[in-house]
Amino acid sequence: MTERTVLTQADITRALTRISHEILESNRGAENLVILGIPTRGVALAKRIAEIIQRIEPASAAVRVGSLDVTMYRDDLAHTRTRTPAPTQVPGSIDGATVVLVDDVLYSGRTIRAALDALGDHGRPSVVRLAVLVDRGHRELPIRADFVGKNLPSASHERINVHVTEVDGDEFVSIDGGSIDGGSTDGGTES
Amino acid sequence: MRHLLSTKSLSRVEAITLLDIAEDMADVANREVKKLPTLRGKTVVNLFFEDSTRTRISFEAAAKRLSADVINFSAKGSSVSKGESLKDTAQTLAAMGADGVVIRHPASGAPQVLAGSGWIDAGIINAGDGTHEHPTQALLDAFTIRRRLHGTASRGRGLDGVTVTIVGDILHSRVARSNLWLLDTLGAHVTFIAPPTLVPADTSAWPATIGYDLDAAIDAGPDVVMMLRIQAERMNAAFFPNSREYSRRWGLDDERFSRLSSHSIVMHPGPMNRGLEISSAAADSDRSTVREQVANGVSVRMAALYLLLSGDREDS
Amino acid sequence: MSSERYLVRGAQLSDGTTTDLLLADGVITGTGTKLSDAGATVIDADGLIALPGLVDLHTHLREPGYEQSETVLTGSQAAAIGGFTTVFAMANTSPVQDTAGVVEQVLALGESAGYVTVQPIGAVTVGLEGVRLAELGAMAASRANVRVFSDDGFCVSDPLLMRRALEYVKAFDGVVAQHSQEPRLTVGAQMNEGALSSELGLTGWPAVAEESIIARDVLLAEHVGSRLHVCHLSTAGAVDVVRWAKARGINVTAEVTPHHLLLTEELVAGYDARYKVNPPLRRREDVEALRQGLADGTIDIIATDHAPHPVESKDCEWDAAANGMVGLESALSVAHAAVVETGFLNWKDLVRVMSTTPARIGRIQGQGQQLAVGAPAELTLYDPSARRVFGRANLMGKGVNSPYLEMTLPGQVLATFHRGYATVLDGVLRSTAQIDAARADLVGGSNE
Ligand SMILES: [Zn+2]
Repeated sequence: MTERTVLTQADITRALTRISHEILESNRGAENLVILGIPTRGVALAKRIAEIIQRIEPASAAVRVGSLDVTMYRDDLAHTRTRTPAPTQVPGSIDGATVVLVDDVLYSGRTIRAALDALGDHGRPSVVRLAVLVDRGHRELPIRADFVGKNLPSASHERINVHVTEVDGDEFVSIDGGSIDGGSTDGGTES
Repeated sequence: MRHLLSTKSLSRVEAITLLDIAEDMADVANREVKKLPTLRGKTVVNLFFEDSTRTRISFEAAAKRLSADVINFSAKGSSVSKGESLKDTAQTLAAMGADGVVIRHPASGAPQVLAGSGWIDAGIINAGDGTHEHPTQALLDAFTIRRRLHGTASRGRGLDGVTVTIVGDILHSRVARSNLWLLDTLGAHVTFIAPPTLVPADTSAWPATIGYDLDAAIDAGPDVVMMLRIQAERMNAAFFPNSREYSRRWGLDDERFSRLSSHSIVMHPGPMNRGLEISSAAADSDRSTVREQVANGVSVRMAALYLLLSGDREDS
Repeated sequence: MSSERYLVRGAQLSDGTTTDLLLADGVITGTGTKLSDAGATVIDADGLIALPGLVDLHTHLREPGYEQSETVLTGSQAAAIGGFTTVFAMANTSPVQDTAGVVEQVLALGESAGYVTVQPIGAVTVGLEGVRLAELGAMAASRANVRVFSDDGFCVSDPLLMRRALEYVKAFDGVVAQHSQEPRLTVGAQMNEGALSSELGLTGWPAVAEESIIARDVLLAEHVGSRLHVCHLSTAGAVDVVRWAKARGINVTAEVTPHHLLLTEELVAGYDARYKVNPPLRRREDVEALRQGLADGTIDIIATDHAPHPVESKDCEWDAAANGMVGLESALSVAHAAVVETGFLNWKDLVRVMSTTPARIGRIQGQGQQLAVGAPAELTLYDPSARRVFGRANLMGKGVNSPYLEMTLPGQVLATFHRGYATVLDGVLRSTAQIDAARADLVGGSNE
């Protein structure tokens, strides 16, 4: 099994910075922006993006950032081991806001489908965008990311490992030939 | 988790996971849409062989907030009271495709018999069996204590070092038994205060201090005082002389309530006999958690239903 | 007419000696070696123990009235496969065995079945209601010749009524067999009262409810100079009380069941109603005291309390389940495991507690006798070296409420002889047709 690093910590920082600029550009500023990370690693990435935006636009009001757990909205609950949900923290009303969902890896698209359903139960944003650190392909639903850190075409048996400092203590994105049965794939294979 | 039959069999990790999920479920009640799609297409049967409107509607609300279909099967006035056995009832529910059965039964162990019988494959939640256990009540009590003590920082925590004094009919109380095991698992220390006639025959193996003197227990300044309901039928069975004497010695009256240390909270699983085991002043004070317990009951039962009914059955 | 003749070769007797046994015309006609096998079916008993036919002083046969649970025929078959040649049929039938008519009916059913001697027990009180004495004298004088009287299932709790019963049966050398259970102390009782009942939330059946009645009864028996038999002792305290009474010279005998010698209350923890029995399974300390009491003679006999129930009476929640276990088929193996393998009794002792003494207490003729020339051919051949996983196929009665299913038990009955004919051969129960034929061949062909 060969593991190969595809993004270093510096690469990740550059990617998040670029994504932050792109968000600002498409939103024409930081107004009315709500950044929601999808647990576990999406939450850390969302906080970083919010910080970077704040640094770029220090004059604008504090960017609202939070977390959106999608466990209860998944379509595969009956087919896997019982998942333990993570907290959801939506900072204030999202009605009329521009919500940017942040996740580490975009794969089948099912997590984002669940996130859109969950979001709808919290309010009615005017726009919803999606930012991901890695897009590895293999979509099963008509979903695409608006902001992508890196496109990483991969075989479905390969495993994408995302580590972020806040969660893992170190930071990189790697790919390995992987055991085909998957194993524990935090953020690697969104199933 | 395959079934929830008792708190004695819950590990600390399992218990805290369930309480944490209940925190997430409690958040749902504050949202615009107070409903989750999680158990869409699942059928939960409330199988009640004893009347308990409160517990039944709590489970019903929990199941509906998770989008499950709910069937209420009350044994009173049905074929069950005409001699249909638990087995036949269970097989009927199995044939109807029940995914979860919430059972309340006057016989201790009935949920365990149902779970182990092979009559039905559904996940079983014990909603109170005889004088044995009532696990979701204990879980909501622990949830309530943890929220009072730790507020929004509750997630992930146990109840280490918390002192809980439970007062009343320990002998016949499934709430007392479930609380005993769960609170001990979570690190709390339990004291039971009761007339000697209402203490079980042999509690030497119980992780609890047993006493008869409520005043001494109050003066010890427990973090929690939980008053148990005293059933009317006990008064006719010579467990104590009469309700007045019971109330005088083992009731949380105004005088005892005023002596209670300022940080103590007052709990009661309901329904209360005001003026018997608890005074109105105690029940209605802001140190009383009685109404929180009802709200928290729905969150804890949502967590239990989620853990039992989501996930691959073979894996759990 | 020639009856069945058997030559049992090389059986070991309970005293350890080895002999052949020739069975003819319903009696043992020869012992020793080199017996002629002319006209006899030869049974190779090498490695087998020959025991006098077992006598069970405490069996529930359920007929008349509860034939869905057991009949006299099916209960007799269960007895035969268990090595028994006599069972005493408890009185809690419907109608209750409280008149000469009913006990004679049960006697006749037993004779007609033909597998064992069925000796009816008479109720102490009318309808087992504990209010008025039943017609004890009429039952004693009936063709059933009743000597044992019991309200088993219920305790004769009224002390005056118990005193009168003890006194009255002296007129015909009867004995009152008491089910010792103080009713007020056991209202709604579900299992042994103690740490486990406290945890499981099952209403306790306290030891004192048994011991206080035994204490009262032995003092009553002493006071009126009567004979008392105590059914199914289950607690260490009960053993102490009986030991004290015997030391005092009181005429009391006591029994213990196989299940109280082997099983403990821990089995109740799963709420499996197969383990629900009255008196309930007790603690490990009680089991030890019962074994010790049996070994030192405080307890006189082992009796099964065979209590068959239909499946639905056990396939339910604990509170709703019936009390009782079937025990005839497994009794000898369970006793073997509980008190022989553990060194409390040898085979000679076992003959005493499962055959000789129960026959004597019940005042029944032709049972419990040593295997010698002239003795009735009532015996069983037991393979003590066998080991088997006890299963439903081993149950010959109607009830399958055995606590031993799936357990590995020692020993197996390979043959049983009653009145000289085989009721069990090669470990297999003989058919009713074979039994009928064997009986017709008996000298005189009569039904006694
Ligand atoms: Zn009895």
